Amino acid sequence: MNTLIWVVLPYACLAVFVAGHVWRWRHDQFGWTTHTSQLLESRLLRLGSPLFHLGAFGVIGGHAMGLLVPASVTSALGIPEHLYHAVAVWGGTVTGLVLVAGLILLIARRLVNGRIRRVTTRMDKVLYAGLTAMVLLGMTATVAKNLLGDGYDYRETIAVWFRGVFWFQPHTELMTGAPLVYQLHAIGGFLFLALWPFTRLVHVWSAPLAYLWRPYVVYRARRGPVPPPAPAPAEVRDAARPSPSRP
Amino acid sequence: MRIRAQMAMVMNLDKCIGCHTCSVTCKQTWTNREGTEYVWFNNVETKPGIGYPKFYEDQERWKGGWKLDRKGRLVLRSGSRLRRLGNLFVNPDLPSIDDYYEPATFDKDILVSAPGGLTDTPVKRPHSRLTGEPMAITWGANWEDSLGGPTAQDDPNLAKMGETVKFEFEKTFLFHLPRICEHCLNPACVSACPSGAMYKRDEDGIVLVDQDRCRGWRMCVSACPYKKVYVNHATGKAEKCTLCFPRIEAGQPTICSETCVGRLRYLGLMWYDEDAVLAAASVEDDAALLDAQRSVFLDPNDPAVQQAARDAGMPEDWITAAAASPVWKLIGEYRIALPLHPEYRTLPMVWYVPPLSPVLDAAGAAGRDDTDADDIFHTISDLRIPVEYLASIFTAGDTGAAAGVLMKLAGMRSYMRARTLDGTVAQEILDRIGMSAEQVEAMYRLLAIAKYAERYVIPVAHQRQAAELDSQLTDCALDCAGGPGMGLTITPVARS
Repeated sequence: MNTLIWVVLPYACLAVFVAGHVWRWRHDQFGWTTHTSQLLESRLLRLGSPLFHLGAFGVIGGHAMGLLVPASVTSALGIPEHLYHAVAVWGGTVTGLVLVAGLILLIARRLVNGRIRRVTTRMDKVLYAGLTAMVLLGMTATVAKNLLGDGYDYRETIAVWFRGVFWFQPHTELMTGAPLVYQLHAIGGFLFLALWPFTRLVHVWSAPLAYLWRPYVVYRARRGPVPPPAPAPAEVRDAARPSPSRP
Repeated sequence: MRIRAQMAMVMNLDKCIGCHTCSVTCKQTWTNREGTEYVWFNNVETKPGIGYPKFYEDQERWKGGWKLDRKGRLVLRSGSRLRRLGNLFVNPDLPSIDDYYEPATFDKDILVSAPGGLTDTPVKRPHSRLTGEPMAITWGANWEDSLGGPTAQDDPNLAKMGETVKFEFEKTFLFHLPRICEHCLNPACVSACPSGAMYKRDEDGIVLVDQDRCRGWRMCVSACPYKKVYVNHATGKAEKCTLCFPRIEAGQPTICSETCVGRLRYLGLMWYDEDAVLAAASVEDDAALLDAQRSVFLDPNDPAVQQAARDAGMPEDWITAAAASPVWKLIGEYRIALPLHPEYRTLPMVWYVPPLSPVLDAAGAAGRDDTDADDIFHTISDLRIPVEYLASIFTAGDTGAAAGVLMKLAGMRSYMRARTLDGTVAQEILDRIGMSAEQVEAMYRLLAIAKYAERYVIPVAHQRQAAELDSQLTDCALDCAGGPGMGLTITPVARS
């Protein structure tokens, strides 16, 4: 069971993540879009979207810091444990709250506004549900365990297991002892990655940074064959008429 | 010098009766799909009026087009590239669908499905195409038709003129303004597109959106000062007028031109020097932009230009077609066509012969003889209202340039009247407008007789790169999900 959850599931999800993106990129360029709905509603979006996106950047950065940077590196850099903990907990709480506020506004917008409700797809609903679950579990872990509770040092267990997944040495025993909320958050995280390529989240990979050094006006030659020249409508009409000169 | 070809259009506004046939046939061809209900690649609006979408000409509000920064460099009015990337999460300059209008449909089914024996006649009610709920229709793409409603006085062009002028203006005249994408030489939409999905076609300058590469960042919509790029809210991608490129490639006019009842549209090639575009768009004085853009064009009858085109690999029939281009004649030879809002600095390529009718109406209202050349000339120079208004639309406020064009149109009328009625050649009129008798009569033929083959001089497309022939598409490029072909497969009827 442990192997199934902490070894098979992560690899299966990562495989779906990679294969899903390859499939979507090759077969659905037309669907690869932010799917903006600002045209239909911009009042709530004006606040909700920047909050959500900035919060998400902070949260992703925080996860990278906590999961990818080993504790030995920070201590080698001379960062004391209590300082790291304070930055992680308070930074995580603040960015998390920004993300939650943005998410609430975006979901409210989809529920309250009839125009937005109509264009919300089934996959959008799945995505919002997944995001909500992930954010709730993450906030519970950060706020209830680390801010208000006695704390849990995920850097010695979860982070080591997480990195191990990528070295192909996942230590399942490190996860079995983790608190339930952390376990659920980790499982949910991998499931969320598996969901990613099939949602509008693919727009993340199209962040248009190349725009900064591209020439303004783009020229491009036509692709594909040239259609045969068509006769003018008058010619078609005249050709259909019986010729008066013929007997 | 780098010579390029541009397929361009001119519309003769005096002949537009506002019948909307262009709009309707365009919509039937391109935007009768879910997500584009509110989209009119071609719309006809009444001037004075606030237009479609509302107040699109107010660039203080929408930040469309280009401007010069403090150092005199050309920058997009919506700010730097970084600012646009910073606004990806929410675009502060994007019009809402209510600035266009909420599209509606009617529950016509009730007329046949209502139970019998009712005392009241069943009535079909409007329903929103966005929510499906019943709604009141309070705005549309042409709500102000023929000065209907109170909004004409809010025209952004009138705001630049005095209060007293406004009232007098409305009493005096109106005209219709059909608008499509301008297929600009210096397109702001292409320049603002973060994904590089929008492009100017190498061979004929048509501006298109690559539907596969558009990621829905919606910067093109706000950057276009003419508001002629739209969001398809069903597909989440940008769409715009394509200048009916499948027809143009086959040598046929666009559907709006083909079906124009007034026969007021002209299509043809223009040669221009790509290297001169940036400098022309960057001249300091707004009023100098018209002449700056004219100077970018190359005379298709000049043997040196023809040789340059040949050297650049242009096909021979394109060189012939450019020399016969009615668009070049109206813009470059007779110089009676003017661009729409040159002060946006996009170097638009759909030009207009401004309407003389406002001046004739004003002459009549002032008790003058609208058939007398002198009276009309005086009206043009005395009555500032019509000319000033037309100048704010077509010449960035340069009343001299606008008046010069109107003088030519009035002169042509008077000259041709004298010529037709008693065969005299009114030399004093020719001297006054600085044109030869041959030129005026050719111009008259192009504007008034307007034969099909003279209005549309469109060479067929050529395959420049033979290698691409190998990768020929076998299906229609428009036949995709959400596209105008809508993924339908049409089985050809077997011919006997």
